[in-house]
Amino acid sequence: MSGDHLAITEGGLFSTLQDAGRFGYQRFGISNSGAMDIPAMRLANAITGNPPDIGVIEMTMAGIGFTVAAEHCRVALAGAEMALTINGRPAEPFQAHDLTRGDKVAVGRAARGMRGYLAVAGGFDIAPVLGSLSTHTRSRIGGLDGGPLPAGAVLPLKGAAKGPLLRLDRRRLPGIEHRLRVVLGPQDDAFTAAGIDTFLSSTYRLSSRTDRMGCQLDGAEVEHAAGFNIVSDGIANGSIQVPGHGRPIILLADRQTTGGYPKIATVIGPDLAHLAQLRPGDQITFERVSAAEAAEAARAAAANLKGLIDALEPVVFGAAALSSERLLGLNLISGVACATQDPFSETVTA
Amino acid sequence: MNQTSAIPPRVLDAGEGGLVVEFGSDVDEAVNRQVIALDRALGVHPIDGVRETVPTYRSLLVLFDPLRIARDALASQLLALQTRGAPETEGGTLWRIPVLYGGEHGVDLDAVARLHGLATEELIALHSGALYRVYMIGFAPGFAYLGGLPERIHTSRRTDPRPKTPPRSVSIGGRQAAVSPPIEVPSGWHLLGQTPVRSYDPGREKPFLFAPGDTLRFYPVAGDDYRDMLAAAEAGALVAEAVAAQGASA
Repeated sequence: MSGDHLAITEGGLFSTLQDAGRFGYQRFGISNSGAMDIPAMRLANAITGNPPDIGVIEMTMAGIGFTVAAEHCRVALAGAEMALTINGRPAEPFQAHDLTRGDKVAVGRAARGMRGYLAVAGGFDIAPVLGSLSTHTRSRIGGLDGGPLPAGAVLPLKGAAKGPLLRLDRRRLPGIEHRLRVVLGPQDDAFTAAGIDTFLSSTYRLSSRTDRMGCQLDGAEVEHAAGFNIVSDGIANGSIQVPGHGRPIILLADRQTTGGYPKIATVIGPDLAHLAQLRPGDQITFERVSAAEAAEAARAAAANLKGLIDALEPVVFGAAALSSERLLGLNLISGVACATQDPFSETVTA
Repeated sequence: MNQTSAIPPRVLDAGEGGLVVEFGSDVDEAVNRQVIALDRALGVHPIDGVRETVPTYRSLLVLFDPLRIARDALASQLLALQTRGAPETEGGTLWRIPVLYGGEHGVDLDAVARLHGLATEELIALHSGALYRVYMIGFAPGFAYLGGLPERIHTSRRTDPRPKTPPRSVSIGGRQAAVSPPIEVPSGWHLLGQTPVRSYDPGREKPFLFAPGDTLRFYPVAGDDYRDMLAAAEAGALVAEAVAAQGASA
């Protein structure tokens, strides 16, 4: 196996290695990072036969291209609807593909959704940093030298595929929700009743300042009760902070660990996977739920994912090839630019 | 030694998998001590389902798996742990941190001295004469927020934050002081000097030097010493001296 690798020929817009995240170090200023759409990452892994939280390639809006430098390699694509081709021929996403030396794989632009996940059976042979393969580009931790994957990058492979080729019947996949459930707090008392009402009843739009660190929203300004500076405290994934300008910012996987703006609410975990597939310009609304309802939603989401994984079925050759050509003959949307630079200088608290 | 707060802390929601145990709303040593006491108590008496904790100035963020422990059960266990008190005064290291003050290493040193009507040497003496407490690590890997800045040199943040500041900067902002990790971070604080110490080094056996509740003192070093120490630090040496593991109330 030594020397086996994927040779990246096209880096896409912003592609990074991610796993479930880097935990236990937020107290030292290390962001969790990790896949933005965790269920999609787990699904991609499951289809290749991997355990759920093996590191995968997260692609943003446009996918990567690579050449296989191994006798055998099994891959699967999940998440956003991105066209997959192998040696120029359309291939099914949400299905495992066995590849061999010299095969050329290209992942195209997202026709729907924002982030695609490419898993490789056995995972990548890259040393984890602080227990995780996840890339945090802002502090240059993890992944491949802490940065996005450039053309020319070499991703060493670890193991071989086992078991039958699997696929998911995509009709089972849930749609992308634009209504995000939130639990109010921890600083909802820093806002007026009118401010909270504005927040819960307005439609917001994801601005171009949307990346792995957070989503700056455009829309109605939320009124603070008294001032907008608090003494910094810890920030959970999905926390929504409202700086002085009144427009909410949803803080995500690569967020700073602590912050000094009041946080009106937190998007619940299961809905972060939906947010991860929304694009700049998309509209969202917030729906208040209790912490108990949110825990129930997390339980339901875990059961849904388990249901999808349990429903994976062996690939039937012939039938799959036909549907592949039909599905991938669809026109693919292009032209949405996405901000991969970190725009959040105003969130600085030091 | 068991500090029980007169007012019980507030327990606030941070989504379905986070609770914030809030002891106060200000930068206050007594408040921070309670945060760290609870954090250490959780280290000694772990609660099943808790994934990680983030101690900050005034609150402890407790991240948990809602499929393993219910929010209300966790909240009451945290409050029970808190009222039992905890030996916060145990542990915590006192660090001695070398600083090369001024010049290109601390571009704001002279201006801050002038602002306070001090000679540059007086400012250095005040800054390096104080005992600081690590209130929290946050914002960037290993970035240490320090309490204990002498009131005489409390200095409002710059109106114009810098998008990048030198790695390992030693800075002050408002009532606080800070040590930057070996990373360029944006900052609106005043840069007094630079330390050769790497508060964060992912390749080191112990990647993070400081922990919340540690105390530290700065001492001035000359350029030659700084450069020698920097070379040693880049080769993996700590450079910082751990004087003693001791109570934070020294």
